[in-house]
Amino acid sequence: MVRYIGQRISIAVVTVFLILLLLFLMLELMPGTPFNDERLTDQQRDVIMEKYGLDRPILERFFKYMQLMLKGDFGISYTLNKNMPVSFMLGQRVGVTMSLGLQAVLLGLAIGMVLGIISALKHGTWLDSAMSMIAVAGVSVPSYVFALFSLYVFAFLLRWFPIRYNPSAPGLSGVLPVISLSMFTIATVARFLRSEMLEVLGSEYILLSRAKGLRESAVISRHGIRNSLIPVVTVVGPLVVNLMTGSLVVEKIFAIPGLGGLFVQAITVNDYNVVIAISFIYSVMFVLVMLAVDILYSVIDPRIRLSKGGPA
Amino acid sequence: MNPQKAELFGFASEERFRLADQSSSIGERGFIQDVWIRLKTNRAALISFGMVILILLFSLVAPLLSQHRYDRGMIEHQSLPPRWPVLERIGVLDGEGKYQEMGLEDTYYFFGTDTLGRDIWVRTWKGTQVSLYMAFLAVVVDMILGMSFGMISGYYGGVIDLILQRIIEILNSIPTIVIVTLLVFVLKPGILSITLAIIIKGWIGMSKIARAQVLKLKEQEFILASRTLGSSDAKIILHQLLPNIFGQVIIMSMFSIPNAIFTESFLAFIGLGLQPPLASLGVLISEGFKSFLVSGYMVVIPTLVLAVLMFSFTVLADGLRDAFDPKMKEM
Amino acid sequence: MESKRVLSIRDLEISFKTTDALVRAIRGVRLDLFQGETLAIVGESGSGKSVSVKAIMGILSSNGSIDAGKILYTDPETGEEFSIVDMSQREIRSKISGQRIAMIFQDPMTSLDPTMTIGKQIMEGMRYHYQVPVQEARRKAQELLELVGIDNSAKRMKQYPNQLSGGMRQRVVIAIALACDPQILICDEPTTALDVTVQSKILELIQSIQKEKNLSVIYITHDLGVVAKVADYVAVMYAGRIIEKGSVEEVFYDPRHPYTWGLLSSIPDLNLEEEELYSIPGNPINLALPFQGDPFAPRNRYALNIDFEQEPPLFSAGGKHRVASWLMDPRSPKVERPASLERRLKEMREEIGRNE
Repeated sequence: MVRYIGQRISIAVVTVFLILLLLFLMLELMPGTPFNDERLTDQQRDVIMEKYGLDRPILERFFKYMQLMLKGDFGISYTLNKNMPVSFMLGQRVGVTMSLGLQAVLLGLAIGMVLGIISALKHGTWLDSAMSMIAVAGVSVPSYVFALFSLYVFAFLLRWFPIRYNPSAPGLSGVLPVISLSMFTIATVARFLRSEMLEVLGSEYILLSRAKGLRESAVISRHGIRNSLIPVVTVVGPLVVNLMTGSLVVEKIFAIPGLGGLFVQAITVNDYNVVIAISFIYSVMFVLVMLAVDILYSVIDPRIRLSKGGPA
Repeated sequence: MNPQKAELFGFASEERFRLADQSSSIGERGFIQDVWIRLKTNRAALISFGMVILILLFSLVAPLLSQHRYDRGMIEHQSLPPRWPVLERIGVLDGEGKYQEMGLEDTYYFFGTDTLGRDIWVRTWKGTQVSLYMAFLAVVVDMILGMSFGMISGYYGGVIDLILQRIIEILNSIPTIVIVTLLVFVLKPGILSITLAIIIKGWIGMSKIARAQVLKLKEQEFILASRTLGSSDAKIILHQLLPNIFGQVIIMSMFSIPNAIFTESFLAFIGLGLQPPLASLGVLISEGFKSFLVSGYMVVIPTLVLAVLMFSFTVLADGLRDAFDPKMKEM
Repeated sequence: MESKRVLSIRDLEISFKTTDALVRAIRGVRLDLFQGETLAIVGESGSGKSVSVKAIMGILSSNGSIDAGKILYTDPETGEEFSIVDMSQREIRSKISGQRIAMIFQDPMTSLDPTMTIGKQIMEGMRYHYQVPVQEARRKAQELLELVGIDNSAKRMKQYPNQLSGGMRQRVVIAIALACDPQILICDEPTTALDVTVQSKILELIQSIQKEKNLSVIYITHDLGVVAKVADYVAVMYAGRIIEKGSVEEVFYDPRHPYTWGLLSSIPDLNLEEEELYSIPGNPINLALPFQGDPFAPRNRYALNIDFEQEPPLFSAGGKHRVASWLMDPRSPKVERPASLERRLKEMREEIGRNE
């Protein structure tokens, strides 16, 4: 297993390196930087190039770049907040996005698990069908559709919640964004857990524990739920991706000052350093989550923990 | 002695066996028939299939039949709510009197007009074409790239497998949104960059499925037999592996459709996708969002079409999977 | 000494509701099991052999129901009687399954919980039913592991199922079954999933434990070779009915039902020249469809006209031997067993004779 974890870590490192290279090349090849402004004279442009170090050999610049990125120095904003360090702009926002994302994951996992377990246990009843339909809606209707409708109905028409998010004291204004974000998580976990649990409940070891004379509730809590919960870890990766994309739109809709909203703004005004910094943060977060998930899975499942090669 | 009785205890004739055989084989069904019967009893899947067909027809026909163009509108017709000929008499979809105010008694915009006076009916169906293109693209990428990489990886194993698997792991660790953003920077936002992004990342899931299937099949007698008999690799892959995994690949590729449709609409919504005046459901939702507190219909209509389309594809995919693999259903 | 009857099944009827139809899986089964003795239920898959024992254990799947009949369990020590059909599933589980009747399943690879240590799985039953203290339960689990032939039990207790071989796992499953000192052990195809070399060892293990603890054992199997080796009584099932039953000697010396002939002929035997063997053509009938007469008739090359019209009753063939075939009726024409089967039977009798 140690070998497996080592391999996973080295892949993560290579991935981060490749992402950095990709981002750097993009920066180099980008058509139309803000300095291509036609009002600038050649001289002025050279001054800017020198000022930002854009006249050095490419390899040197890449290593310098890598160093800076890994240290968290993402340069300065060109257009959004002229000359403000990007890391400063991000600093205020990372927390907002992370806390929303975390709340959405936790809420989604909790509700999704409950729904999944109930519909597996009530398999074939109307309750199961109803929950399955809700879950299908959850995975097939985009989170921003939920966000728009909940904003329209609960904030605009019914006025139960504020329309805009209040970053300093989220309170009620955080409810709709978190729910919209967690919709997909709820539905995915519920669907996954339901089918996982049905498979486990049909297995021979469940039959054996029934034959041991355990009460049905004990069979389910001791053998059923434990065994079907372990593989849920594997869907956390895709869920995090979805949360990232979800946060872009949900932050736009609720005017939340988070990374996602900034990302969208930066793209529309071509603020490269900001876009690249956020892309980098997203990628690194994602790489770390995938790594953590794989390692966690191999630790909690004895079938993998004790096999020699790690998961196939 | 009763002759009837004697016959009763005589050996049965061939005729008797044949009759019994026939009656016992009634109700025995083949696999495909079984699949079809299971699918037919799944009402949700059938309705979804109908919805997909209906939406497809509308998106192809509606823009052609309308006198309006999706990319040009009459600015004096701006922000007109939906109005339908018959329904307006019972007070729904009656255009809220705006048409009369402007002296347009004989004009009907089924889905209303946007802030530039463009017909949302035509724009919605035109935009649906983009979503259906995404659906088609997702399936093609799954079938061609996903299936071939998966089969090659599983069949040859060894170094090829190792390299492909590492590539997959790395690609998997880069969020799609980052790839799209970078593509958009290089290529400008539009259908091309989205298509490329789907090509780069869309095949991964399917290749895993195809690989697992091939690994399972590879060890079975009939494949081993043709290998020992000296069939070429290409022949084994095309004639023996492909037919065996094709069904499952088609069904699983249905599941990547909603995801692809979502990717496009989502990118359009945040401004990285198609750009107006081009129409896609995402573009429409994004535009409608700007004035959705005033003219809700501008965002509600494309959102509904998008939701129904994705929902239908998911339910249909679920239904197909259950029909082919009933083990989950009948327990 | 007349041994005590521990289990009696009378006219049991069980059906399953599926999406298409109502499947009558068990149609009037009657069986007895005595203390210390071994009963084998033989049949193809779908003949209903597993369903009947699942009913005894209260683990029928939720779409199955017992429509008629009795299952009576008598505790050989206390003489207490339990009518299992009248008990709720909950009651069966809290009083019968695991404690008085235990079960071993076919595939040891899948019948152990992959994420729980072996020790915990063995201790679970005793802790659950009798609240045995952990220390004591652990000691007993270790003893059980040694009893079923697993060395180094202290270390094994902490291992997970995937660290053991198939044969070892089946031994663990047996240890789990014995954990609450049951009086009846039901073995559902206990050796089918194992290597041939391991099969006989597991059978010997079950036999020796049976002798040591004076257990009654029910084997569910399709393998008449296993039956000949271990059983006192045999019941052959077809399409939810017992079509021939009796002591092993009766059935193996003098099989009367053409279906039993087919089964006996199909035991692989390397000693005999493979000449034209008697075999059963076709597939078992689909019980979800209505049928008339004997469900075996279409596959029976000795079928009479009456077989297609009326199901045969159980005829007595002397002693405990009962046969459900119209061929037993005095009005029927005399039928000789196929010559190849006769030779095979002779071999087998010698085999059984040698074993005793």
